[in-house]
Formats: sequence, structure tokens, C-alpha cells
Amino acid sequence: MTVEQIATSRSDVAGGQTAPPTTSKTPAIELKSISKSFGPVKANQNVDLKVLPGTIHGIIGENGAGKSTLMSILYGFYEADSGDIFINGKKQDIRSSKDAISAGIGMVHQHFMLVETFTVLENVMLGAEGGSLLNKSSISARDELLRLSQEYSLAVDPDALIGELPVGLQQRVEILKALYRGAEILILDEPTGVLTPQETEQLFKILDILRSRGVSIILITHKLQEIMAITDRVSVMRAGTMVSERETKDTSKNELAELMVGRKVLLEVTKADATPQETLLEAKEISYRDEDGILRLDNVSLSLRAGEIVGIAGVSGNGQTELLAALSGICPLHQGSITIGDREITPQTPSSAKEIREFGVAHVPEDRHRMGMVTAFDAKEVAIMGYHDDSSYNGTFLMNTKAVENHCRQLMQDYDVRPEDPNLKSANFSGGNQQKLVLAREMDRAPKILLVGQPTRGVDIGAIEFIHKNLIKMRDTGSAILLVSVELEEVLSLSDRIIVMFEGRIVGDVSAKDADACQLGLLMGNAGEEGTGTPSDNAVVTGEVSR
Amino acid sequence: MSSPNKTLPGWIDIGLIPLINIALAFLVSGFVIWLIGEDPIEAVKIMINGAFGYDEALGYTLYYTTNFIFTGLAVAVAFHASLFNIGGEGQAYIGGLGVGLLCLLLDQYVPLWVILPLAIIASGLFGAAWAYVPAYLQAYRGSHIVITTIMFNFIAAALMNYLLVNVLIARGSGSPESRVFEETAWLPFMHEIFAWFGAEITRSPLNLSIVLAGFASIFVWFFIWHTRWGYAIRMLGHNENAAQYSGIDTKRVIIGTMCLSGALASFVGINEIMGVHHRILLEFTAGYGFTGIAVSLMGRNHPVGIIIASLLFGALYQGGAELAFEIPTIQKEMITTIQGLVILFCGALAFMIRPTLERIFSNFTQENKTAVVE
Amino acid sequence: MKKLFQTAAASFIAMAAATSYADEIKPAVVFDMGGKFDKSFNEGVYNGVEKFKSETGIEYKEFEVTNPSQREQAIRKMAQRGSNPIIGVGFAQEAAIAKVAQEYPDIHFTIIDAVVDLPNVQSVVFKEHEGSFLVGVLAAMASETNTVGFIGGMDIPLIQKFACGYAQGAKYVKGDASVLSNMTGTTPSAWNDPGKGSELAKSQFDRGADVIFAAAGGTGIGVYQAAKDAGKLAIGVDSNQNHLQPGTMLTSMTKQVDVAAYNTFKTAMEGTWKPGILSLGLAENGVDWALDDNNKSLITDAMTAKVKEAREEIVAGKISVHDYMEDNSCPSL
Repeated sequence: MTVEQIATSRSDVAGGQTAPPTTSKTPAIELKSISKSFGPVKANQNVDLKVLPGTIHGIIGENGAGKSTLMSILYGFYEADSGDIFINGKKQDIRSSKDAISAGIGMVHQHFMLVETFTVLENVMLGAEGGSLLNKSSISARDELLRLSQEYSLAVDPDALIGELPVGLQQRVEILKALYRGAEILILDEPTGVLTPQETEQLFKILDILRSRGVSIILITHKLQEIMAITDRVSVMRAGTMVSERETKDTSKNELAELMVGRKVLLEVTKADATPQETLLEAKEISYRDEDGILRLDNVSLSLRAGEIVGIAGVSGNGQTELLAALSGICPLHQGSITIGDREITPQTPSSAKEIREFGVAHVPEDRHRMGMVTAFDAKEVAIMGYHDDSSYNGTFLMNTKAVENHCRQLMQDYDVRPEDPNLKSANFSGGNQQKLVLAREMDRAPKILLVGQPTRGVDIGAIEFIHKNLIKMRDTGSAILLVSVELEEVLSLSDRIIVMFEGRIVGDVSAKDADACQLGLLMGNAGEEGTGTPSDNAVVTGEVSR
Repeated sequence: MSSPNKTLPGWIDIGLIPLINIALAFLVSGFVIWLIGEDPIEAVKIMINGAFGYDEALGYTLYYTTNFIFTGLAVAVAFHASLFNIGGEGQAYIGGLGVGLLCLLLDQYVPLWVILPLAIIASGLFGAAWAYVPAYLQAYRGSHIVITTIMFNFIAAALMNYLLVNVLIARGSGSPESRVFEETAWLPFMHEIFAWFGAEITRSPLNLSIVLAGFASIFVWFFIWHTRWGYAIRMLGHNENAAQYSGIDTKRVIIGTMCLSGALASFVGINEIMGVHHRILLEFTAGYGFTGIAVSLMGRNHPVGIIIASLLFGALYQGGAELAFEIPTIQKEMITTIQGLVILFCGALAFMIRPTLERIFSNFTQENKTAVVE
Repeated sequence: MKKLFQTAAASFIAMAAATSYADEIKPAVVFDMGGKFDKSFNEGVYNGVEKFKSETGIEYKEFEVTNPSQREQAIRKMAQRGSNPIIGVGFAQEAAIAKVAQEYPDIHFTIIDAVVDLPNVQSVVFKEHEGSFLVGVLAAMASETNTVGFIGGMDIPLIQKFACGYAQGAKYVKGDASVLSNMTGTTPSAWNDPGKGSELAKSQFDRGADVIFAAAGGTGIGVYQAAKDAGKLAIGVDSNQNHLQPGTMLTSMTKQVDVAAYNTFKTAMEGTWKPGILSLGLAENGVDWALDDNNKSLITDAMTAKVKEAREEIVAGKISVHDYMEDNSCPSL
């Protein structure tokens, strides 16, 4: 935490010096009627965008609205079918990311483009070595890197290995990389998806400083509160078109949500108080090591009772995935026990995903593409995953295709999956509809226990509403639900009880009523109990910078 | 979300593209033939006539086709589980051993209708057993199936060589071959079957096995796409995590799939040992197992595609032999080159012309649309 | 014109002299799976028929089979096209020749390295064991370590026959000589793997051998090279290979495959072709050992004398060299 804290204090200082954004007349970026189609799909249609220099411009829209396509065009990954790009008033022909970089555009991708086994310095230099002799250029690069980190208060140790840095610092390296290449325009694609609330706050402070130094920033996100918190102006995209542009201070979350979806949306979850009943699942001191011998679950104990939603909060990668896998029988236990009904599962009496499913435990995996579905399968085949041995879908030798198809059609009707075509390849459904199909499959059998990971990841606002309602409904009919989400808001609004995980351990267990985002955020970064004070391991970082 | 999602109509994908690929392969082959001073048009004529022109040629073509269907299906089944079975050659070899041993054991005692089903079972068991070990090593020990199946090809060759040279060799024969089976263990040739119905066709090695190949194709189609086991195989092939999530015992599926694959490859033994040679001999697999990989690749791992690809390769083998026979300057190496070019264009470079076609197609459709709008 | 006259004259003589008459012979040869450039018996046949072609100007048809089913197909096809005589190369064509020869009783077939007992088939087999016996004698006498080696190509009875005769010959002169024997492989690629040949040779040298007989086609090249590198001796096979590494090639066991193939066409042309078994051994000069300028410094008078004595005794029947293929076993190994 100290890195953030130290850096925070620095950026506070820097923030104090903030000059009002210089408003010049020529926009830093101007896109004029950009269009791009992929076959029959019109990803962008006559999109206009103006970004004023020294401002943060938010672009918001649902999945598939065309935000990423637009930015890919600006950064040279795609070529627009028609339309023009102006950078600082000059028309530019951007055909590759190289063109974009030389036009002063830098991009921080959602998934970092860093070499984990290289140092910070090497990563920053990579592709911009400026000479065949590394030694020489690395000296000048080091100076330049230190100058940049001073100027923008981006403290980072040039010799640290990327793989050993926390995500927040890795992102900082991405920003430095762009600045090193002379970027005056910075595109950030969903930058907060992997950050803790504290890291997010930290990032926003950095963006603030960059803005004060005259850098123009485009922030792509689907999180409304981030738009409200940091941007100067915001553009809303829907179905490949730019539907609206607002001064941030003149708009509201509800208005933006409505613009995004095209109808009124209920953002708040309404639910009655939980009435927990008997315990359905009890995990006692379970531990799990992965194939590399790393302890992923460390002495985790929890219980699920009928009629309650237990939320697991935590930055992704702190054992939530493994917890779901262990409880659903996908990965083995190395210690402890899980009791479901009469069955006690221990390392000596292991279980399987099949057996656990037969106990009435349904599982919506965090990552539907990795686990929850097979994109190459038809929807109807996805709709029976895990239940494919069920006698209702099988004859003695052949599968009963008709029954499978009817079942899928029923699910699609009940859970509003569109298009309602069981024979369509599942990859051709939108993210939200894929997720609804997976949820439908797991929720349809009225499971006693539902393990659900990231139920609304990559799902449109409209569908989120629907999914949340259904989860509450399941709880109210007596199911026990374990909810894992990196969206703190989601955990807070759905859960009755919240467990915080950090490095495979449970570091907090609070009633949802008493919890607030700030407290949970601190727990997620493991700063809640173990000293908000002065761990020394990051002192090196500051030392490097002040050298 | 914004992934390029270009699609071509099905008829281009499964009809036009393979045709263009074959045409390209022949074009390059023709160029090579022209280089060595022969007439490419004449060569193509000889090849096509040699493969389909008369009943004996067709018989040989279909006889090769039979082998390729078996090995192609074997590769395809494994491929659906994302397993690359390079061991078809060895599995076919050992499958032939199973067939041969059974025939040697029973040919003096029981009639064909007893021997045949038993031979199919023996062949399948031997082939499956030969695939089982690599499968087990992959499933439980993480040894890569490509490496182990290749090694098992060599082990099969060594084992067969040992058995034929030292154990099975007919007394007093200089040739490492078993004794010839009694005729009760011979699968009827197609020319014999036709003769029963009074139709006379020229003799060729084509035998009843081709019917078995047809059944095997139908079986594989039903098995892969219409049973829960096929469902599990495909899921494992597409997404191992999803398979684990769905409660599929991936280790058992790996082993089961490989055994089925080995059994399918082993039926080459039925065709060769029971159908044609009527004795166990060295090298009867002659690379059919390896060609099966190309067949499966070209046939897009689908039985219908595999049958078509098998026919193409059968024609290449038979037409190629004819070409070597008719034009002495075209040696067997040249035939191998032509076959290699077809594999290259239809397999490895299968999608080379796709982007071009996509562009042409999308231009075409766009123009159409604007025309309509205007 | 001259050629035509010769052919006509030969035909006339043939007509007068023999029952089997060939007015215009259309010879054909079917090579086996190794291919005609296998540096072994296929290539020997190829050399023989090429010699016939260049001498007489008579073209021949040829085919190289690439899978077992093509043997019968190719031979039948040759017969259908009226080729006569037809040579089948290698023991593997035994069954195919037997079948097609029955279908075409008027056509003459010659099979090399196997026996087919039919009235229109000539079977040419070699007593490789006898020639191997002689080079075994030479090897044992040249050896200082009393250990000699044998490297075979593919592990088949025919090659065991070489090994067995060689071992018997070595033990004939030195009763306590030890004979190392290795086969290169179990697939036809064993005929053409000089790298492996070299490795096997080195390992035999390490185990004490100082003379190695390679009966392994192209694989032998590696053996001869390894012998040269190690300053040891090697023995060639099939044709006279002494020139390949002069100074370290002790001798070569020659097997007159080319002569046999040549003679098939030649006798057919002259009308003197006869069915039956031609068993070519030392007495018939079908197998021999090679002595030329390249190796005469390595062959002492004592060796020449001993090998001459052995040859005479074999021809006279006083020494019986064991033929491995009679009972698939070798008492000397």
C-alpha cells in the first residue's frame, strides 16, 4: 500500500499546483464521420468525436457499441472504411500503431502489453531502443524515464521486474511507456477493471496530473461512476453510433445509463432482508495448491445457508477462482473438508464436478469463455453442459436432439436469451446473451446451492438488471448463493454477508449492512488489519526515484 | 466485440475453396511436369483415366480409398478431442497383426461368417491396445501424444519385423511372411461379389472392406455428433476447462477416444490382410496411416469430407501409379511430389486463398447492395 | 540397320535353337519398395538392365512399387501390355509373380532372390552364404583383435544368411574368433541410413572389432567411412566397393545381381531363357570376393591361399556352408 500512499501524497502536491486546463481552439483529436463495417456488422457509423487538449474525455457505451473499434481505428489497428482523423488540426493518415505513435497517440490496453520477465526500463525501451547498442541507449533511457516519473509523479523502480510488480504499478509502466514515446494523447481502455478501489483512486490522481500537464486523455469505460468522477466531457455510443455528448458536470448517472441503453434503467437493486435458514454447505479450513505449488487457497472456512447471498469481494486473482473451483469439485482439496448434506469431501475422499452437481450445486463460472461454455458449440449444446448425461437428453445410444433443442428453447424463453435460436453457434450471441444462457442453464434446475462468479461481467446494463433480479428471486425461494465479483458495487448491493479474500485467505467477514466500499477496499488490499502504517518493502521504489 | 467477423457462404467454404486448392496444386504439378519435359495435359489425362477410366482402375482407387477412410476417420476422431494421433500407421500395423493371428488360428476350422466379426473385434482390440499406451501416458503422465504415437509407430515396425522374421515366418520361406490363410479367411473381392450376381468386372484388390469403411463413417458421424460420448469428446477438444467444469472425466475421455481412434486405424488390417494379401507381411501399411492425417485435415474431420478426401487420395495413388507406369520419366518421386503438393495446397495452405475470396465476395455483395439502393 | 540385323540374326538363331521364341522382346522390370536407387539389389538389377539397354538399344519398361498391392498390379499390367520377359526384384514379389505367372502361362518371368516353382518362371537365388563365408575367412585372418563385426541392413532372413555365412567363415579359420552382429533397423529405411551405419560401426570398433562386413545397401557407406576414420577395415557388399575407401576396404563380397538381370534379358533375346531355379554360388561365379589394386596391399599371400582352399572345398562339397534360410537358424552365430 505504501507505494500508493507515497505516490498519493506526491500527486497531491502535484495536484495542488494544477493550473486550469488550457483551452485552445483546435481540438487535440477530431474524428469526422468514421465508418467501419465487418461484413454485415456496422461497428461504427458516421462517428464524430472532438477531444479538446488538456481534457479527459470519457467514452461510454455498452458492449458492442463500437468504442473499442473506434479506438482501434484511432490507434491504427483497423483502417476506417470512410472518414477522417485530425490530430491537432492536421489531417493524419493512420494505418498502423507506428503512425499513431508518431502522431503523438499512446494507448494503455485493457490487457497490458508488457514482457513480464523484463525490467521496467527494458519494457519502456522495447521497440523504442533508438540505436543498436543497448547499453548506450539504456543510459539515456534511464535518465529520460526518471525525468518522466518525476515530472508526472509516476514513481516506479526502473530495475524492478514487471512480473513482480502489482497490477497498479504495471499500469503505471504502460502509461510511462506511452509518455516515453512522446504521447500527448493517451487512450485508456477500461483501465480500472483490474484495480482495487484504492488503486483506481490512485490512477485518477495520475490522470489528473497528466491533464494538468496538457495531456489529452480518452477514457473508455462502462462504469458510470468513473465517468462522473474524472472526466470533463463524455460521449455516449450505442450500436455503432455516437448518440450524445455531454459536459460531465451537466449530466447524471441515470441520464447516461438511459442514453447508453436507450431506455430507462433501474440502477439500484431492491431486495427484502434475508431470512437465512439451515446451513447447506460448510467448508472447513480448505487449502489448495496449484500445479506450480503455489498456495492458492489458504485455510478458508465458510458456510452457506439457505436463503442468503454471500458475496466474496477481492481483487481478482486472490483465490476466488480457486474457491469456486474447489467448492464445485473441479480442483482437488489438499487440506480441510467440504460438507454438502451428508457428504463430507476431504483430500482422502475426493469428489468430482459431476458428483457435486448431482448434490444440487450449480456453478456459473467467472469466465464463461474459459469454462462456462464452448464457443464452438451450438446454443443447445451449451444449454446442457454438465447435464449432458441426464437421461432426459439421451436414448440408449443416441442423444435425443429434439429434447435438447426443446430444453434450450425453453431456457431461452424463460431467460430472455436473444436470438431465440437453439441451433445458432453460441459464439454468435452477444456477451450478455451468452451469460444469460449460462445462468439459465445453472439456475433453471432450482439448485439448492448456486456458486456464481462475475454474473454480470461484460454484460449490458439492461441485462444486469435482469440477472440481479433473478439472483434475488432465487435467494428468496430458499437457495444459498455464493457470489464472487470484482465489482464491489455488485457485491455490496446483492449480498447479505460479505467475505473479503486476499492472497487465498479470508481477511474479512462482514454483514452487508455494515459494510462500505472504502472499508472493503482497504481489506481487499489487505490494509485493513495489517497496518495501514509503514511496510518497508516499497521503500526501495521511492529511493530509486529520488536518486 | 469488434472482432472481424467475416463469413463466406457455405458453398464457397466447402465447395469452391477445395476445388481452387486442388486446381492450384495441379497447376504447380503441371509446371513441374513441364519442367522435366513432359506434357502436363497428357499427364493429367493419364492420371484421371488411370484412376477412374476403367473398372480395374476404379477398383484400385476405391481399394486405396478404403484404407484412407479408416485412417482418416481415426485421425479425425482423435482430433475432435484435440489429440493429434500420428500413430495410425502403427495402430494399423498392429491391427493387421490381430487380424492375421486370428485368421491363422481359425482359418482351418470355421467359416468366414464366424471369422469376419471376430477379425473385426481382434483388429479393433489390437489397434486400440496400441493406442492405449500413448493415451494413458498422455492422460496420466503428461507425455505428449504426438511424440509417443510416433515412437509407437517405430515400436510397431520393430515388433512386426521381429515376429515375421522369427516367429510367424512360413517354414522354408525366404520372405518374412506368414503362411497364406485358407480361403475361408479371405474376404470376398468385389469382382467375386459382382460375379455372384452375374456382373463381370475386372479383378482388383477392392473387397468387402469398403462396406466396413462405409459403416465406420456412419458410425463415426453418429458417435461424434449424436451421442453423449461424442459430445464429451468434442467438448474436451474445444475447451478442456469447460469439460472439467461439466464433470467430464477428461482422462477417461482421452483414453477412450484414442482407443476408438486406434481401432478405426486398425481396420486397414482387415482390408489389407484379410482382403488383399491373405497373409501377414511386412510394410502392408505403406504410409496409409500418415496419409490419413492429410485426409482428415482436408476432410475437415467430418466423415463426409473424409470420404471425399479419401477418394481424392485414392485417385492420386492409383492415377499416380498409372502415370509412373505410362510415362517412364515420371518416377515415383514425382508422384510423391504431386501428392505432396495436393496436401500442401488442400491441407496446410487450405485457407491461403480465403482472404482473397472474402474480399472478392464482399466487394461483389457490396456492389450488389449499392446497386439495389441506387 | 546394324542393330536391326543383329536382332534379326539373334532371333533367327533363337528360333532355330530354342522352344521359347522371342521375335521382338519387350522386356520389363518391376523394382520393389526400396526403389531402383537403393544401393542394394534393386540398384544391382537396374545396373544390369541398363547395361543390356545400352548394348542392344532395346528399351525396357519399368515400375517402382510403393506399396505391397502394387506388386501384383504392376506385374499384371506388364503382362497385359505384352511385356516378356518380366523381372520381379526381391523376395517380396514371390507371391505376386506366382499369381500372375499362372494367369499368363505364355509369358516368361524371372524372380530374383526368391523361388517360384512354375513352368514359366525362372528363379534366381544366390548362395550369399558361400560368398560371405569367404569374406569371413579374410576378415578373421586380417583381424588382430580376433573380433570381427557384421552390420546388416533390415533385419530379414536374407541378411541373416549373409551374417551366418560370414560367421562360419571367420570361425573356420579361427575357431575362437568372436563375431559381433548388428542390424540397422526394421524398416526399409535401414537400407539407406549411413549415419546409423557409422554409429553401429563405431560401437563395434569400441567393442573390439577391427574388421566389419556391411551388408546394408546405402547404410554401408557410413560403415566404410567410420572404418577409414578409425583406421580399421571394412568389407563391401553386392558390387565391388573397394574403390570407395581405398586402403581400408579389405574386400567386397560381390553378388552378381546385375549379371543375373542382364542375363535374363540377354537369354530371352537369344531364345535361351529357361525356367527353373538358378542357384548361383561360388561354383557358378554368382558370388565372389573382390581383389583389385585398391585392396591388394591388404591381402597377404597366406590369405589368398587360404581363401582359395576354402573356395575349392566349398565347391567340392567338403565344406558345407549353412544356409540360414533353410531353417531360419544359425549355428555359427
